[in-house]
Amino acid sequence: MENILEVKGISKKYQSKKSEILAIDNINFRVKKGEFVSIIGPSGCGKSTLLSIIAGLEDKTAGEIYIEGEKIEGISDKIGYMLQRDCLLEWRTILSNTMLGLEIKGKNNNESKEYVENLLKKYNLYDFKDKYPSELSGGMRQRVALIRTLAVKPKILLLDEAFSALDYQTRIMVTNDIYSILKKENITAIIVTHDISEAISMSDRVMVLTKRPGTIKDIHKINFEIENRNPINCRQSPKFSKYFDTLWKELGVDE
Amino acid sequence: MNNFIVSKERKQYLKSKRKKKLLVLITQISILIIFLAVWEILANKKIIDSFITSQPSRIFETFMNLGSNDLLKHIGVTTYETIVGFLLGTILGIIIAIILWWSNFLAKVLDPYLVVLNSLPKVALGPVIIIWVGAGTPAIIVMAVAISLVVTILENLNGFLRTDKELIKMARTFKASKLQILLKIIIPANISTFINSLKVNIGLSLVGVISGEFLVSKAGLGYLIVYGGQVFKLDLVMTSVLILGVLAGVMYAGVLLLEKFILKTKKVQVKK
Repeated sequence: MENILEVKGISKKYQSKKSEILAIDNINFRVKKGEFVSIIGPSGCGKSTLLSIIAGLEDKTAGEIYIEGEKIEGISDKIGYMLQRDCLLEWRTILSNTMLGLEIKGKNNNESKEYVENLLKKYNLYDFKDKYPSELSGGMRQRVALIRTLAVKPKILLLDEAFSALDYQTRIMVTNDIYSILKKENITAIIVTHDISEAISMSDRVMVLTKRPGTIKDIHKINFEIENRNPINCRQSPKFSKYFDTLWKELGVDE
Repeated sequence: MNNFIVSKERKQYLKSKRKKKLLVLITQISILIIFLAVWEILANKKIIDSFITSQPSRIFETFMNLGSNDLLKHIGVTTYETIVGFLLGTILGIIIAIILWWSNFLAKVLDPYLVVLNSLPKVALGPVIIIWVGAGTPAIIVMAVAISLVVTILENLNGFLRTDKELIKMARTFKASKLQILLKIIIPANISTFINSLKVNIGLSLVGVISGEFLVSKAGLGYLIVYGGQVFKLDLVMTSVLILGVLAGVMYAGVLLLEKFILKTKKVQVKK
């Protein structure tokens, strides 16, 4: 499969009054089309910074990013980004919330509206389109946030601890939902998380970062050999705990 | 929850709640009536000097002769000045707050000036204002604006800056421009800040107008109060103060009505 994303020599230094901090140093990796890659690492290792840089939300000190062979600078239309919280606008209806990205991009037309309504129908949220976010459960809200991101048709989705605000049970359900939605829409995903189980259950590869300055310590291939794999049946596989142990040890050495 | 069968406990709860509410209202009204009654009786029995304290019946009499002593005209003048000052102060304040939100540099530069201006008693500017814009209605309106403007700027700027950063980040992931962030995130997220400004400013504008009228003195309730005090017509002073209280209440109620309206249309807009 072709590479959709190529990250070359990304470094980031933060400047503050007192000193200069090297947050991440010389990160290189490639992601294939349709692949799910998780990034884990000790807290403060710069994994979220890396994601923000790929999204174009933060400047990088050095390095280059290519999407489908094209060098990108700043925020790219091909990238979608999901934050920790769903960030739904409480004063907008669900439909209007999911239209936000298209509205910002000046594509607030009937065609877009139809596309979004179809997404809402497909993922069982159409009945709620005229409701307000406060009337929805946490899991549903996160799904609305995903549809808002998918509405602008990104090729790569970046998830920054996107499920960590949810309670445990909802989190597992939402992870499963979102996994199947992304697979269905054939979207490549990069997931930043501090939850090893979540990383294993969702990804084809797990990238482990060292503590600050973050560099790539190792990349593990995850292969459950399950047909129609999803995060829940992965968790039930005997291989799951093996992967968990490996990653746990790898993270542990750094502490 | 069942609407058809109301349990005994619930009935009792609702009853006791209504009872308490009624009790509060009755007590409130009684206090007013007793106060007025005692005042009237003491004045009639010459225990207190009604020349200095006035008395309810004479206040009522003065009030009934609204037309003969131009009270209506004075109420109109004060109301007009307050509303104009209120609107100008609020709108200008919000516009300046938006400009300062837009330019972080400007906000930083102006910060110490705003802080000083905010703590400065604006009445101290009275003579300057009179000399600059002339003794009259404009001076009074400027005074009202001066009192509400700086607070409005600071409150709204603070509200804008405290808007959830994650929401702004979310909008940025869609490549939103600064103007789009302002229109789609900052302003709708701060409707309650605006409403709060309205509530504070209606009171502040009234303070500005009355202190302006004290200084400039041609018409208005503030003028009546000062004039009445100078010629020892305490009936006039008391009546004016009373009307001022009612006026302040009515204006505040107006703002509450406006709040309801804004909240309603906002939902309607969102729903379209």
